[in-house]
Amino acid sequence: MTALTLAPARLSPMHAVRHGIRRIGFEIRGYTRSPETIFFTFLFPILMLALFSTVFGGDGDQSYGQGLPALSAAQMYLPGMLAAGVLLSGLQNLAIDIALERHDGTLKRLGGTPLSPVSYFIGKLGQVLVTGTVQAAVLLVFAGLVLGVPLPSDVESWLTFAWVFVLGLATSAFLGIAISAIPRSARSASAVVIPVALVLQFISGVYMFFWLLPEWLQNVANLFPLAWMAKGMRAVFLPPEYATLEQSGAWDLGGVAIALLIWLVVGLIISRLTFRWIRRDA
Amino acid sequence: MENAAVRVRNLRKTYGSRAAVDDVSFDIIRGETFALLGPNGAGKSTTVEILEGYRRRTSGEVTVLGDDPGHAGLAWKARLGIVLQTTGQAGAFTVREQLRQFAGYYPRPRDVEEVIAAVGLEEKANTRISKLSGGQQRRVDVALGIIGNPELLFLDEPTTGFDPQARREFWSLIRRLQGEGTTILLTTHYLDEAAQLADRVAVIDRGLLQAIGPIATFGGEDARMPRVTWREGGTLHTESTPAPWAFARSLAERLGGEPDELEIRRPTLEDIYLGMVDPDAAATPDEAVTPASSPTSSTSETLS
Repeated sequence: MTALTLAPARLSPMHAVRHGIRRIGFEIRGYTRSPETIFFTFLFPILMLALFSTVFGGDGDQSYGQGLPALSAAQMYLPGMLAAGVLLSGLQNLAIDIALERHDGTLKRLGGTPLSPVSYFIGKLGQVLVTGTVQAAVLLVFAGLVLGVPLPSDVESWLTFAWVFVLGLATSAFLGIAISAIPRSARSASAVVIPVALVLQFISGVYMFFWLLPEWLQNVANLFPLAWMAKGMRAVFLPPEYATLEQSGAWDLGGVAIALLIWLVVGLIISRLTFRWIRRDA
Repeated sequence: MENAAVRVRNLRKTYGSRAAVDDVSFDIIRGETFALLGPNGAGKSTTVEILEGYRRRTSGEVTVLGDDPGHAGLAWKARLGIVLQTTGQAGAFTVREQLRQFAGYYPRPRDVEEVIAAVGLEEKANTRISKLSGGQQRRVDVALGIIGNPELLFLDEPTTGFDPQARREFWSLIRRLQGEGTTILLTTHYLDEAAQLADRVAVIDRGLLQAIGPIATFGGEDARMPRVTWREGGTLHTESTPAPWAFARSLAERLGGEPDELEIRRPTLEDIYLGMVDPDAAATPDEAVTPASSPTSSTSETLS
């Protein structure tokens, strides 16, 4: 019968990709209609940058070490807030979003349609890429134009920014998908995810300068990807002299790439193993 | 059987030592509406979710539209429409946005505006789903179930929470789908709904198929026998008889006039159903409540 011959041809892999791309707009619309996401994911790092540069910037530019050029508080906090934005837009956003969709029945409903999980994830990753990029752009424009932070003018710095940002965002997104399996109810989704993200931000050099943390805590933070994202961002937005404040005395971009890639693979594997439309025999 | 949309043979699903579905067999013919009835916890939804591919079976054979639901792919799903018993709604989207999105998943969807009209939500098409009443949200569920133009439609308690008017509108929608040849598997608590819509009915209780048959002859001759009731000497009498008019006439002759509160009734599907399911299970939805039994009886014994 015609339905049998028609359907498989139209449900090819390209079909899944096309549907995934179509879902990106739908996902972004859902994102913009969630006040909680707009505040705790999108605006949070921007508000924190405004707050920290106001609170700690009252005394003007300061040098943070012997022989280091004086910098504004805004410039000191910008790299950490960019890294926090990557973590929130990827990990926090998807972990809460997918956990909510699992517990409110959205995933079960999608599981009963011919939508491919591949399309679903293309939609989610596209949403993360678009919202994360807009967030980073707002942070940079706000820092540059309003807070007067000098931004790099050489291509090499921006290329470094680009790969740290994209790799960090992809890693965060897959770890978010992996973590989304943890919350046991829709209600607990935010309560489970936000504190974990917050603690990670505190120990990874987002709200407190990394070099002020005790060495053991730095070592703990280095087990997780956020510290490496923040380090990569510092390499882009702080003067080269500030590398002396790092644990190894250098920006160590190779280490950033390796750490993020390892976590990306971990996130991919856990996501692949744990994601189900529904728990089949729950 | 080429003609069967659904074929179930010796289906069994156990959770530990408890059999939720026990040796159930039935067919659903293409184009027919088949109602699955039973008390809460009887195994209806478990059976339906196995057919939909949401649950795995423990044993038995299941074929839905020619495929095994346990291994069927996306092209198979494209031919189904599923209205689940309880579903959440992506409340951030409007009715039209949600339907457009879902229509895009299917190779041959229905027209979005037509479906919105069919479920009576034209006025609410641009309203976010979270702002709709429970009954209206249920209509969105139904709309999402039929948007893909399914060959086989699963309706798991579709009209729970509908007012009588909305239920009647829903019935006429289902009749239109039946007219187009859609095969429908309906589970419902409303026996009048099954009587209105279904060609055939099956009753499942405690995981076992208790009865199956066409609506017109369901339950057998004895269960369908008309009943004459009347009041005599202060008490209500009931007589089941295949010849109610002759009985009533002889009754009137004996009493020398019109019998008090005379009524001749054919048992409804509900009467037949209630005579069929376990009285405790029907009275108390909580299946944990079982009559006092000997301490040695195991769970599986009380279930079977």
